[in-house]
Amino acid sequence: MIEEQKIINIEVGQLQDKVKGCFEQGYRLVQISCTKLSQGLELNYSFDKNFEFINLRVFLSSADTEVLSVSNIYWNAFLYENELHDLFGINIKNIAIDYKGNFYRTSVKWPFNPPTEAKND
Amino acid sequence: MTKRTIIPFGPQHPVLPEPIHLDLVLEDEKVVEAIPSVGFIHRGLEKLVEKKDFQDYVYVAERICGICSFIHGMTYCIAVEEIMKLEVPQRAQYLRVIWSELSRIHSHLLWLGLMADSFGFESLFMHTWKLREGILDIIEETTGGRVIFGSSKVGGVRKDVSDEKLKLIVEKLKKYEKEIKEITDVFVHDASVKHRLVGVGILSKNDAYELGAVGPTARGSGVSQDMRKLGYAAYKNINFEPIIETSGDCYARCMVRIRELFQSIDMISQAVDKIETGPIEVKVTGTPNGEFFARTEQPRGEVIYYALADGGKFLKRLRVRTPTFSNIPALLKILPGSELADVPVLILTIDPCISCTER
Amino acid sequence: MPFFRMTKTILKSLFKKPATVKYPFGGARVYHKNTRGKVLIEVQNCIFCGICQRKCPTAAIMVAKTDKKWSINRLRCISCGACVDVCPKKCLKLDTQYTPAQTEKNKEDFKQNA
Repeated sequence: MIEEQKIINIEVGQLQDKVKGCFEQGYRLVQISCTKLSQGLELNYSFDKNFEFINLRVFLSSADTEVLSVSNIYWNAFLYENELHDLFGINIKNIAIDYKGNFYRTSVKWPFNPPTEAKND
Repeated sequence: MTKRTIIPFGPQHPVLPEPIHLDLVLEDEKVVEAIPSVGFIHRGLEKLVEKKDFQDYVYVAERICGICSFIHGMTYCIAVEEIMKLEVPQRAQYLRVIWSELSRIHSHLLWLGLMADSFGFESLFMHTWKLREGILDIIEETTGGRVIFGSSKVGGVRKDVSDEKLKLIVEKLKKYEKEIKEITDVFVHDASVKHRLVGVGILSKNDAYELGAVGPTARGSGVSQDMRKLGYAAYKNINFEPIIETSGDCYARCMVRIRELFQSIDMISQAVDKIETGPIEVKVTGTPNGEFFARTEQPRGEVIYYALADGGKFLKRLRVRTPTFSNIPALLKILPGSELADVPVLILTIDPCISCTER
Repeated sequence: MPFFRMTKTILKSLFKKPATVKYPFGGARVYHKNTRGKVLIEVQNCIFCGICQRKCPTAAIMVAKTDKKWSINRLRCISCGACVDVCPKKCLKLDTQYTPAQTEKNKEDFKQNA
């Protein structure tokens, strides 16, 4: 392994406090990404300070769960959150600049998490 | 009460290498606000990973961007190799370093030419791109392609370069160094160039760190951050220090890139001195199972590849976050307060590579 | 006043010959030994196993075992060299010239004589 990569699992409600803690300790936001698991979605927030790399993981049972935006703490998070909304359909509230679904012009709505009636995973 | 006008900038503009759209809100020639709009060349390459074998995806990963193509392919290979715990031989690691630094030299020369074009200095633009042709010839002799190298694979590199050829390359680069110095002297000392660059687009050190700026955009404001210090792929055996400037304006970012040019030539000669003989690849058996974040330094900043595999032939998820995506908030912070005529210079100073941004 | 730093370079390039060639009336393009151009096949040695068709990333190669025909869509080929690396009879190789321009999108067929 080139470096140590820590992964910390947290709940949706603890997100704002943990991210504020990272900001006060001087970490910078590297990226926000999402993976579609067989049951639900998994959000991943990555932070880094002097090559120390930590990840906060949030498990969402469905795409409708409300997530509060962290762009009030880290302003550059608005780009990542708009992308998550356009590709996965995650419901994020209070983004600093909200494109309301027009960030990427895709021909299929929510390509990574298609809203079908008979979803059998 | 001053009137506000909205001017659309892009997606087609002579100064932009790739399409990006900005809505500029102006009050009498001074920019007050800027709203970006990306998504013109979104190709959905992250979804393609579910359909292509993990060894065949290298060809797609290399073609995400034309200017920084080799480092994309190399980072994908590093991510998969760390998941499968493969031990890449030393000769392949040094060859990867040499090709990465050649990639960095040609990207910075391209950027210097575009910068000269953006403030109207056409002959400097042409001379800089003439120097770039020499570097592209070296790359074509060793890998076979001028822009898309096609030399990465999971487990090593595809083509070998003989030791005599490496020594010839170092001699050629030393000859080019004199010519490059003559051209970059114009950027550093000429008074009309300095008039357009000094004091324009100042980004403070705090802002650069909090907004997540990476690469020369952050190093020009005093934030010392260079992913090559992580030590991937033989960088742990090469001596270098990240180049920092403190003034944070366009001139500082230009100086960082010029000094990185000469630092790369020095790093290539160090790598050629230390290269060892041996095999250039290791055999790949089985399929990957696990996850890893691979971080490397592209000419524009830090790129991060997240790969998640579950034992099948296809990767489950690949997430690419490129440096320009991270530099756009910094651009939105330096635009307010500047004149309309400086907007092309400011947009080029973060080195936008939009085809990387949108994959 | 450090103005006109470029003057020396510009005067030198006024009196030297130009860095570009007037192609095709002037010089020719210099191809190196390693340049990846189009794919060539020695079809008499081919055994029509189909490995190159499976490995091609853009599905540009089509192998018909019963007709003894090997065809390639030149406009889809990206000159990556994957087919050259995996051919068991080593009858594929990469030429140094690029694919010439064509007016129709069609495939090129190679048939093996019986």
